[in-house]
Amino acid sequence: MSLLELRDLHITYRSERGDVPAVRGVSLTIDPGETVGLAGESGCGKSTIAGAVLRLLPKQTLIGGQVLLDGEDVYQMKPGQLRAARWTSAAIVFQGALHALNPVQRVGKQIAEAILLHSSHSKQVATQRVGDLLERVGLPPHRARAYPHQLSGGQRQRVLIALALACEPKLLIADEPTTALDVMVQAQVLELLAELQRDRGLGLLFITHDLSVLTSTCERLAVMYAGRIVEDGPSHDVFGTPEHPYSAALARAFPTIGDPASRMNPTGLAGDPPNPANLPSGCPFHPRCDKAIEACSATDVELRQVGVARRAACIHIPVEGGIDRG
Amino acid sequence: MRARFVAGKVFGAFGTLVFVLVFNFFLFRVVNDDPTGKLFRGRNLSQDQLDRRRREFNLDGSKFEQFIAYLKQTMRGNLGDSFLSRRPVTTEIREALWPTIALVGTSTILSMLIGIMLGIAAGWRRRSGTDVAATSFSMFTYSVPDFWLGMVLLAFFAVKWPWFPTGGFEDAGSTATGFSALLDQAHHMALPCITLTLAYIGEYMIVMRSSLLDTVNEDFLQLARAKGLRDVVVRRRHAVPNALLPVVSLSALNFGYVLSGAIAVEAIYSWPGIGQATLEAIRGPDFPMLQGLFLLLSGSMILANLAVDLLYSLLDPRVRGR
Repeated sequence: MSLLELRDLHITYRSERGDVPAVRGVSLTIDPGETVGLAGESGCGKSTIAGAVLRLLPKQTLIGGQVLLDGEDVYQMKPGQLRAARWTSAAIVFQGALHALNPVQRVGKQIAEAILLHSSHSKQVATQRVGDLLERVGLPPHRARAYPHQLSGGQRQRVLIALALACEPKLLIADEPTTALDVMVQAQVLELLAELQRDRGLGLLFITHDLSVLTSTCERLAVMYAGRIVEDGPSHDVFGTPEHPYSAALARAFPTIGDPASRMNPTGLAGDPPNPANLPSGCPFHPRCDKAIEACSATDVELRQVGVARRAACIHIPVEGGIDRG
Repeated sequence: MRARFVAGKVFGAFGTLVFVLVFNFFLFRVVNDDPTGKLFRGRNLSQDQLDRRRREFNLDGSKFEQFIAYLKQTMRGNLGDSFLSRRPVTTEIREALWPTIALVGTSTILSMLIGIMLGIAAGWRRRSGTDVAATSFSMFTYSVPDFWLGMVLLAFFAVKWPWFPTGGFEDAGSTATGFSALLDQAHHMALPCITLTLAYIGEYMIVMRSSLLDTVNEDFLQLARAKGLRDVVVRRRHAVPNALLPVVSLSALNFGYVLSGAIAVEAIYSWPGIGQATLEAIRGPDFPMLQGLFLLLSGSMILANLAVDLLYSLLDPRVRGR
């Protein structure tokens, strides 16, 4: 059974200025021990998906499709069931630079809270476990007594990883866990996550805008644009030989180490991501696409099979057997 | 580090108090430097008699001599005698203090508790029925003047339906002691206490609500929810402790105001507290009484500020860490 399965997930935020479709039909599966990267610009809906998995989005948000956690539909669960599933079936590694930790509570207490909530451990056992967890993520156990503001950004990120591991979930959702860190610390945190994933056989959904981070961490990669997956497949293939012009533009935006030409001349992607409340007609990427043809503004292309394990949603990809595969 | 922080705050508070002590003397003399004429207006006193009063009140020497005499006696803990009653100011204040502490203190605590609870209920569910009702209620009581509220309550609950006495601290000529005296005083205190509580609630409610509204979208609440905590636990353990900080400083400062009494409401209900005493002293003008009252008021404000500083460093580790 898959750890997480998204089936044609639609998410629409409701606001006073109208509905905003943030996610428009995303299907994704993560099996035990598998690492999947989800990439895209800000506003493409990737963090919305993280919130949707544990049902953390605002109450009035419209959810279509299904989110199956360990085979159970999260949106059919009773409140008690949902609370029990949170943090045990899947836990989220929040971004440490934001106020993800309660500023007036010691970090050890915040980790212990999750342990005490989901187990019958005594306080002493929980404290012991907090020390072990901190040690595992490379912090001395006595840092449990620190307040968040007394820690550096990298240390806070480690605390958040320890916190996510507190109830031994089988699936970790890392939502931009390295975004605000400097490159050295970023590398350390990535290595730690990769190590933990290997040691514990964790499933990992890694959400970031940084494609180069994903190729080193994830086996599989899904690129999102305007609330949809536009390309997915093995990460080296997607990053190395992108099929969709958008993934190609993302890949080009990062200089290749050892290639002076690309290093001196990383190409960006002109224009801004589209406003989810007012998407362009046809393929939402066509106004920024260098391969766009006239038909692009009229046809909204579904994901098409490219080879064995790859799919991309572009009009230039030949349709296999004449049928769109969604 | 910690001791230096506290010592610095205490030293600052002491300095402010000394300044107030000096300032108080000149403040009232700027307005009217010889109140004997006004104090005995309408009474046919000869120049000779007036001069004797002036000597009695220590108003005959130069400003500087008066000031030195004032400093000397204040240092000895003697605040002088009231011009009006000729009794020591300390005695006058002590007698007015208990009714004020009972009335204003009770109202402050009640309004704080009710206001904070209303603010939490309203801020946690923004735009819900609870929010709309609590906010409208608080806005109304907050914007209505307390003397108006006092008069309306008086008109209905003491005059139209005489459930409560119209004023005073206890029944006239009461000889009751112990519990029955306390009961009688509580009966007299009910209306002014309700008036003040209503008048104060809005401030706490509005500050608590807006502070909680700032907190509800914080990431750490999202994380607390993601952990699987119940909504009420998220609110109690993570949201409220963070949102409470501005309310704590507001409350501590308001406790400083307790000793200054409530001039308008005490006047309406003839409550023999500090507010009434201040009103009478201003009418005099009764210099020693005013000096004493202002010293009390400033002293309690300075203490309240000191308490806020120290309390804040206890509640918010970020303040303490520096």
